[in-house]
Amino acid sequence: MPPLLEISDLRAGYGQIEVLKGISLEVQPGEIVALIGANGAGKTSTLMSISGCLRPRSGSIRLAGQEIHARAPHEIVRLGICHSPEGRKIFPRLTVLENLQMGAFARSDKAGIQQDLDHAFEMFPILKQRTTQAGGTLSGGEQQMLAVARAMMGRPKLLLLDEPSLGLAPLIVLKIFEVVKKLNDEGISILLVEQAARMALKLAHRGYVMETGEITMHGPAANLLADARVQAAYLGG
Amino acid sequence: MTPALLLAQTADIDAWQAFWQYALIGLTNGALIALVALGYTMVYGIIELINFAHGDVFMLGAFLALTLIGAMGLEQAGAVQLWLGIGLLFVVVPLFCAVLNVTIDRAVYKPLRNAPKLAPLVSAIGVSFVLMNVGLLWHGAADKHFPDLVSRQNLLGENAAIEFSYKDLLVIGMTVPIMIALTGFVKGTRLGKAMRATAQDPVAATLMGINADRVIAVTFAIGGALAGAASVIYGLYINTVGYQMGFTNGLYAFTAAVLGGIGNIPGAVLGGLVIGLARSFGSAYVGERWTSALVFVILIAILIFRPNGLLGARTREKV
Repeated sequence: MPPLLEISDLRAGYGQIEVLKGISLEVQPGEIVALIGANGAGKTSTLMSISGCLRPRSGSIRLAGQEIHARAPHEIVRLGICHSPEGRKIFPRLTVLENLQMGAFARSDKAGIQQDLDHAFEMFPILKQRTTQAGGTLSGGEQQMLAVARAMMGRPKLLLLDEPSLGLAPLIVLKIFEVVKKLNDEGISILLVEQAARMALKLAHRGYVMETGEITMHGPAANLLADARVQAAYLGG
Repeated sequence: MTPALLLAQTADIDAWQAFWQYALIGLTNGALIALVALGYTMVYGIIELINFAHGDVFMLGAFLALTLIGAMGLEQAGAVQLWLGIGLLFVVVPLFCAVLNVTIDRAVYKPLRNAPKLAPLVSAIGVSFVLMNVGLLWHGAADKHFPDLVSRQNLLGENAAIEFSYKDLLVIGMTVPIMIALTGFVKGTRLGKAMRATAQDPVAATLMGINADRVIAVTFAIGGALAGAASVIYGLYINTVGYQMGFTNGLYAFTAAVLGGIGNIPGAVLGGLVIGLARSFGSAYVGERWTSALVFVILIAILIFRPNGLLGARTREKV
C-alpha cells in the first residue's frame, strides 16, 4: 500500500527565492507526523504546496499514489486534504456557524455535514455557545479551535495543521492537542507543523526536522526527542 | 386671522411640500445610484479592484435598451405589448450586461490577477474608454431621447401636493425587490456565503474548496446584471441617454460605494441614498451648479470622521 502522502524531492519558492530545496517526506495512513523547525525553515511553504497554493518547481506530491501537485487548491480539498492554515485565517465577518459551513463547502451530504457539526461542537463545546457570533470577535484560543473544527468539517483523510499552538495559553494548547489526538484515534492522518517541538514530538508517531528549506533529520518521534542535536536546537537543551 | 398671517402659513405648507417632494426625488435617484454602486462594491470586495468600466457597462445597457425599443416598436405598441416589451428589456439587458462584465474580467482582469494592483486599475480605465467609444459608434455623440414609455400621471391624484408618478413607482418597485433579493442571496445561499468568505480571506476560502475563479465570475455577472437593470430603469425614468452617461453616473455610484464603505453591500445602498438626497436638496436649496461640489464636500466630511465609510469595517478583527 502506498503512503497516504508522499512528497519526493519537492522544490518550490517565491520569485527568485527558493524556500523548499528538494524535500522528501511521507505520512502513512493513521499516522501523526510532526514537522518541526525554526521560523522560516519552510514548514508553512511545505503545507501550502500540499494544498496547491504554492506551485512546485519540481518534484512530486502524491496522495495515496495519485499525483496531486498540478491540481487546483479547490480540487485538492475534494480529494481529502483539509488545511488549518498559519494564523488561523478565520472568516472574520462570517458567524461561527457559517465558518464551519464553509469548512464543509466541498461536500453535499447534508446528513453527514450535520453529524460532523455535532461532532465539532462535542469536541469544542465553547463554539456551540458562539454559533451566531462573528468569527473575528472570538478570542485567539477560540479562533484556533474554530480553525481546527472548520478543517474537520471537510471530513479529511489527511489533516494539515499549521502552528495550532501559536500565541495561545498552555491550557488551551493542551485542549487542542487533546482534540488532535482524538481525531487521529478516529482514523484521520495528521501532518502537524509546530514550533512547540517537544509537545508536537510527544504527540506524534514520527517527526521531521526542517532547516532552511531542507529536511535534516527524521525518524520515530521518541528518537528525535532523545537526540542530542534536536534537544540542543529545538527543545531548549 | 390677518391675511398676512394666513399667507405666511400657506407659504410654510408649500415649503414643506416642496421639501418632501425633493426628498422623494432624492430617494428615487439615490436608489438608482445604489444599483450601480452595488456592482462597484461587490467587485471591490472580492478582488480589490475599482472596476472603472462598470459605469460604461451601464451605459451600453441603456443603449441596448434604446435599440431594442426601436426594434420592437414599443412606442407605438398597445398596453399589453408595451408591458411585455418592458418586461423583456428587464431580462435581455441585464443578461447582456452580465455577459459583457464577465467577458471583460476574463479577457482583461484575470490575466492580471497576480500583477501589482495598479495594472488592473489602469486596464479598467482603458476598458472604460474602449466601451465609451463603442457607445459613441453605436448611438453617436449627441444625447438621445429615450422613449417616454412610462406614464408621468400622478398616482396620488391630479391635484395632490406631492407628485408620485408611475415612473417613481417603477424605480422603487424595481430597486427595492432587487436589493432584497441580493441581500437574501449573499446572506442565505451557499454561493453567497462563499462569496463573502472569498471577500474576507481569499486564501482561506480556497483552502475550503471554494473555486475563487467561479466566485469572481459570479460576482461580475451579478454586478453586470444590476447595472443592466439600473440602465433600463434610468432610461425609462430620466429619458435621456448618451455615451458619457456611464462616466458621470459611474462616478456618483463609485462615490456612493466609498461613502458607504467600499466592499460593503448595505453600505452601497446607504451611500447611494445619501448622494441622491444630497444632489436633490443641493440643486433645490443651494443651486444646480454646486451639486457636484456639495456631494464631494459631504463625502470628504464623512470620510474624515469615518475613514472606512459609513458602514465599513464594523467588526474589529483580532490577529
